[in-house]
Amino acid sequence: MTKPFIPPLSRRALLAGGGAVIVSFALMRHGLAQEAPAGPKLPGDLSKTPMLDAWIGIDAQGKITVFTGKAELGQGVKTAFIQCAAEELAVQPSAINLITADTGRTPDEGYTAGSHSMQDSGTAIRNAAAQVRDIMLSLAAAKLSIDAGTLDARDGKVSAKDGRSLGYGELASGQALHVAAQPTSRLTPPDKLKVIGSNLPRVDIPGKVTGAPMYVQDMRPDGMLHARVLRPANYGARLASLSADAARGMPGVVNIVQDGSFVAVVARGEFEAINALNVLSQNAQWSDGPQLPEQAKIYSTLTALPSQDKTILDKGDPAQPGVKRLKATYLRPYQSHGSIGPSCALAIWQDDMMTVWTHSQGVYPLRNAIAKMLSLPSDKVRCIHAEGSGCYGHNAADDVAGDAALIARAMPGTPIRVQWMREDEHGWEPFGPAMQTQVEASIDGQGKLLAWQYDVWSNTHSMRPGGPGNLLAAQYLAQPFQPDPPMPIPQPEGGGDRNAIPLYAIPNARVVSRFIPQMPIRVSALRGLGAYHNIFTTESFMDEMADAAGADPVAFRLAHLEDERARAVVSRAADAFGWTKDKPAAGWGRGFAFARYKNLAAYCAIALELRADRTTGNIELGRVVAAVDSGQAVNPDGIRNQIEGAIVQSSSWTILEEVTFDRTSITSRDWSSYPILRFPSLPQSVEVHIVNRPNAPFLGTGEAAQGPMSAAIGNAFARATGTRIRQLPLSPQRVRATLAT
Amino acid sequence: MTIVLTINSERHQIDADPSTPLLYVLRDNLKLNAAKFGCGLGQCGACTVLVDREPVFSCLTPISVLDGRRVRTLEGLGIADKPSPLQAAFIKEQAAQCGYCIPGMIMRAQALLEKNASPTQAEIRDHMQTNLCRCGTQMRILRAIDRAAKDMKTADAGTTTGAAR
Repeated sequence: MTKPFIPPLSRRALLAGGGAVIVSFALMRHGLAQEAPAGPKLPGDLSKTPMLDAWIGIDAQGKITVFTGKAELGQGVKTAFIQCAAEELAVQPSAINLITADTGRTPDEGYTAGSHSMQDSGTAIRNAAAQVRDIMLSLAAAKLSIDAGTLDARDGKVSAKDGRSLGYGELASGQALHVAAQPTSRLTPPDKLKVIGSNLPRVDIPGKVTGAPMYVQDMRPDGMLHARVLRPANYGARLASLSADAARGMPGVVNIVQDGSFVAVVARGEFEAINALNVLSQNAQWSDGPQLPEQAKIYSTLTALPSQDKTILDKGDPAQPGVKRLKATYLRPYQSHGSIGPSCALAIWQDDMMTVWTHSQGVYPLRNAIAKMLSLPSDKVRCIHAEGSGCYGHNAADDVAGDAALIARAMPGTPIRVQWMREDEHGWEPFGPAMQTQVEASIDGQGKLLAWQYDVWSNTHSMRPGGPGNLLAAQYLAQPFQPDPPMPIPQPEGGGDRNAIPLYAIPNARVVSRFIPQMPIRVSALRGLGAYHNIFTTESFMDEMADAAGADPVAFRLAHLEDERARAVVSRAADAFGWTKDKPAAGWGRGFAFARYKNLAAYCAIALELRADRTTGNIELGRVVAAVDSGQAVNPDGIRNQIEGAIVQSSSWTILEEVTFDRTSITSRDWSSYPILRFPSLPQSVEVHIVNRPNAPFLGTGEAAQGPMSAAIGNAFARATGTRIRQLPLSPQRVRATLAT
Repeated sequence: MTIVLTINSERHQIDADPSTPLLYVLRDNLKLNAAKFGCGLGQCGACTVLVDREPVFSCLTPISVLDGRRVRTLEGLGIADKPSPLQAAFIKEQAAQCGYCIPGMIMRAQALLEKNASPTQAEIRDHMQTNLCRCGTQMRILRAIDRAAKDMKTADAGTTTGAAR
């Protein structure tokens, strides 16, 4: 590594000479609660961290540093944040140095999840930058004894018409930015935007396509050792006996670290660690764990478990029979995050301080969990985000960070790198939960929806740390920690019931969320949470109801949508696809689906065509056309990249993916037993249209297409084959079996 | 035991067990970052490098079989300030999200374009099927390979080793 190994905790060094911030960030944060102004809510996460210098620092040379508590997960937020800051500070994007999630330096913005980054952090940064720019203008006005309205802020300096100018670095001295944000900001008006709304190339891509050290996997500080953790085959198994001598004597092996049933091997080389792990594994006996449910009966098993039922929508009489009433049940299996790179972390225990580099989505919650696991005060643990392989939710990132911290604690002063093996990532990650939904609806004599009754059964969709027991390793220590009791995520965002409330106007409707606390399979947050299956259900059933009404699926949706932005997105996707124009070719079917993610983030509609091969059961995806409204688009190409990616990923989930298990353990432990979409099965084309809304709030986009894509596939399949499949995935095996009957 | 490897035109004396897969030698001994550990099973392609003109899974290729053969990694194609045509096409198409799979994707595509200057869509999809991307960036990867093929017709193949055309 060429950079200093541990970045300085104090921001004084970072902003050397500027004096804009003279206290460490940790201390400054302590004072924030008292300083938060009462009154109107501040924009975005300024409401949680209101001091401007927590977000933006300017040193004496005018170097600008922007701090975000959100993390780059490959979704491109670094670039979008830089655009927000550069626009309002009136500087070139290249003038912005962005620091991402680091408990030593950045605001606590919780998890980088739920498509919240632009809404929470992007909004905070944009507003903070606008207010800092205005502070620069007013400071310059005072120094130059001139009206601020006549001054121009550009490229890091404030200039008067008479030619005098002052740099941001001169103006930002002292405590200039150590002030609380105001509720409103003078944002750049839509017609003056230069950086926001432009396709600024991603700042991380050049490094990623040339092999620069971009990832936590690529960190190799001096003296670093490689570790691998021994895991049992089954959930809940305990180490019965272990003979470590053979592994200990192997080339390169430095240490075997053991605490109860947590065992790790530490070696000089990575391959040496892997070889030693294999030998260790052969010399370990484990107790049996609890029996897993029978996979073939997983849905009846889950729905038979006790549930906490909550009616989240209740209006009128949803039992009204109308002129036609239909009922259907939809099923979604456990699905894997399936990160291409197994999770990895690096930790060092030095000078009574535990520092962990992690690709966790939540450095602050992780820090607290690790501190509790190690019985350390939380200010003795620092978690710094470093990019990993894409996670798409709560994968093993936090778990491996816990592993690294435990091993590092046992070997003071030695940087410890741990990466999971493929079979561990596939076998131990917390999966997206299996779900069941049941929907019953009726139409009236005019072909309009009259009543809607919807029930969703699901485990929790978040077992993130949280408490230390949510870190896998902590459950295996001599003094183990138990996982937190699972909790539902409340509406309006929801967890298992995310998007369970239809956006359509239906006079009589009831939605019941049936939360199942007991978790026979380890689960947590997978991109979109319950929205993926609730949208699959709702949008599939909308097609079934449209058929019952003898209506075109798009027209039927429009007839029940009152939100103008929803209507605009539906119409845009349908028009761009040519929905009403030409007919599909013989054998091909068309499908349409729409949702507003969480009913409060981005709007997304998708039209597509496909055909199914009755002999192989393979689904061939043709054209896919999407329309999306993310509010004010900060980086249109970034939005397109996210939607395209979600379309491909959701195709893979919908057509192929299902975690498998027998009565003792997870059996889908690699890419052969858990296949995902490969190049030949991609859609023919994917086209994304953005409905830009200048000046409208940013709406989270990262998860917006997961649900609509699944239902568009299901609907197109039903039209192509005349048969509807209501159980995910629409795998070759299931397609063959269904079409054969 | 010492084995001599030729990597990106440079000769390296490697002191390692001959059964060690090339991936670990690239990453640990030579501190090259591009080739990634993905599965260790030859199922995902994140570790793909070129041996002579063929794309191989470096996670499965023991260094003992590499004597006298030419290994190329992503680092050998170009750098951020001077990317190869294929790397430049990936930048132009913004063909990455997390990017973890991308080094393997580019190396595999490089092998194709060195043999077939004008691959069809079907040929590209077929050739790339061994490599997985989980972010769903494949549509962009296809566009980038297509763009590079067109760009490379007006320039050299863009490898630092003067690859066969």
